[in-house]
Amino acid sequence: MKEVRECCCHHPETKEELYEALNQVLDKYERKESNLIQILHMTQAIFGYLPEDVLKYIAEEMDLPLSKIFGVVTFYSLFSTQPKGRHTIQVCMGTACYVKGADKVLNEILDKLGIKLGETTKDGRFSVQVMRCIGACGLAPAISIDGDILKHVTVNMVDDILKRYE
Amino acid sequence: MGNVNIKINGTPVSVPEGTTILEAARKLGIEIPTLCFLKEINEIGACRICVVEVKGARNLVASCVQKVTEGMEVFTHTPKVQKSRKLTLELILSTHDKQCLSCVRSGSCELQMLCQEFGVDDEQYYEGHNPQYYNDDSTVHLVRDNNKCILCRRCVAACQAQNVNVIGTNSRGFNTHIGCAFERDLGDVACVSCGQCIVNCPTGALTEKDDTEKVWEALADPTKHVIVHTAPSIRVTLGESFGMKIGTNVKGKMINALRRIGFEKVFDTDVTADLTIVEEAHELLDRINNGGKLPLITSCSPGWIKFCEHFYPELIPHLSTCKSPQQMFGAIAKTWYAQQEGIDPKDIFVVSIMPCTAKKFEAKRSGQAASGYPDIDVALTTRELVRMINRASIRFKDLPDDGEFDNPIGLSTGAGAIFGATGGVMEAALRTAAEWLEGKPIENVEYTEVRGIKGIKEAIYKIAGMEVKVAVASGLKNATILMDKIKKGEAGYHFIEIMACPGGCVNGGGQPVQHAVVRNFVDLVARRAKALYEEDRHLPLRKSHDNPAIKALYDEFLGSPGSHKAHEILHTHYVARQIY
Repeated sequence: MKEVRECCCHHPETKEELYEALNQVLDKYERKESNLIQILHMTQAIFGYLPEDVLKYIAEEMDLPLSKIFGVVTFYSLFSTQPKGRHTIQVCMGTACYVKGADKVLNEILDKLGIKLGETTKDGRFSVQVMRCIGACGLAPAISIDGDILKHVTVNMVDDILKRYE
Repeated sequence: MGNVNIKINGTPVSVPEGTTILEAARKLGIEIPTLCFLKEINEIGACRICVVEVKGARNLVASCVQKVTEGMEVFTHTPKVQKSRKLTLELILSTHDKQCLSCVRSGSCELQMLCQEFGVDDEQYYEGHNPQYYNDDSTVHLVRDNNKCILCRRCVAACQAQNVNVIGTNSRGFNTHIGCAFERDLGDVACVSCGQCIVNCPTGALTEKDDTEKVWEALADPTKHVIVHTAPSIRVTLGESFGMKIGTNVKGKMINALRRIGFEKVFDTDVTADLTIVEEAHELLDRINNGGKLPLITSCSPGWIKFCEHFYPELIPHLSTCKSPQQMFGAIAKTWYAQQEGIDPKDIFVVSIMPCTAKKFEAKRSGQAASGYPDIDVALTTRELVRMINRASIRFKDLPDDGEFDNPIGLSTGAGAIFGATGGVMEAALRTAAEWLEGKPIENVEYTEVRGIKGIKEAIYKIAGMEVKVAVASGLKNATILMDKIKKGEAGYHFIEIMACPGGCVNGGGQPVQHAVVRNFVDLVARRAKALYEEDRHLPLRKSHDNPAIKALYDEFLGSPGSHKAHEILHTHYVARQIY
């Protein structure tokens, strides 16, 4: 991830700049099918998600069927075809967190936000994902918001936590 | 390459290096069951039905992909193997819609057959949460019911082998399903409606859209004059559905069955295949003589036409403007025939029996209504005709063989007959074009270079001092190769025949389903095609332009080939379409 930030260091914003960054990624990975996952990974870092038009562009450039690319995109939960919210909540569903009630915390978050797992709220504030063990079992159940780890989260704490992020 | 010696169930067998266990077992008469395996196009070892025990191996191995090695000892039906296969079937069934009673594939379903063999029947065992999918019936030609899908991916492989690539495997784990990119419906993507996914599906997850009810209704309507015509290849495939040998010509029985169902007239699409040839040969000579767009590419295969419109719209000017034999039939039936019989074309109901699901799409295209009414009212596949014969309680095998087509669209030539095989249209066109160019009758009418099951065939013929370069492709992947050549300007062909389905109409997406084991190990295409070339050889007339019905049609109605009237009635146009 760090590498991408360096390679598109101008913080691409316009459509042209975003596609220019994508072209650099395609060049670097020689448009090879065996590099598809890497290319998609970098693309998501550039665009924030994998928009339909971008996947069509990749399909054309790599001479691969869109159906095949879409299959790969939907296979890995890290890939998203929906724009990410301003804040990304990741709930750890590793064994320790799960046993300590991470599923209840997750459901509470989804209920409060009125979305399903993997979706983004209509106001673009939050996206919710799950991850497998983040190696912080002593803090279980743990969640991560924009990379910050929150420990020993309970259902009752969810409301307050969400309020902290605008 | 050397041979490898192995033992299967204790019996020694010697097979060439590189042989799979599955193939080696066949040599000993053991047919290891498979579900996902399609030779050459889907060798993924995913379904685990074909597992066998190999001495020294830790786990059961997938025999469809495991190659034999020297000294290998294989056991194909030990208790361990049987238990594993049964468990696999139970797991597949656990998410399968088990409404087998009315499923169109009941009796020809590969999953059902295996469940019966392995005694998988404990209903309660499969209770629990199931993913639920809606039926995708967005196209005119097929229905996808993912609740009956077993995720073998044979349809995906077939679609890829056609270079169409509109379906793939989406999501993962319990939510895995076959679908289009961005979960679009098939009607919203570049599906060419060839139906190769249907004939390769082991279950009822993919079926043609059944239009038989419309035909039953029309047959019961006293104001309708309901006529039927059958494509060249139907007579050599229909018998398979009634337990007859692959490649049996059942023309007489077929005609009798159609009469017993209640059609007023039974006609032969072979006649309008002849008509297509006359018009297309005229178009070819016109383009050669007047500097028109070359190569000319045939337009009989509607799956190919849709493929060209989506993927090669810039090559549309190369396509022959001739309607396909199906559409020419409808056009003639509702104009010339209507006039002759004194019937208002609005009261004529034309049913086609086609080897093809794309014919359903073609019938609904614009520019296919010569009389002001759609040329074709309903296009049925061979499989739907089988359903009608069964519904009418006709004992097909016991029908007499003496059925004859009706006049005036019933007398055909050998040229029309071979339309059903790859290379047939080319050969038929050459028979006519050569004679016209030479200006004298030609004795040898067999152009064997363009026959056979090869994906791409090329030949150069010297006709009237001119070198005519032709190419024939079947299967859309092969079509792609030729189209790319044309785009690069490398081809130099005068005339190209393309059929969407590998092997041509005899292997069409509307033909009787044959289990994967037949598709994998029997040359279905060659056997079916052989029967057509047999028919050609025994017909007294073998050149389209010699057909008296065609002569009468031009004399009485159309004038001459390529006339203004012929253009109005027998020609059409195409549209550029998007890939996404």
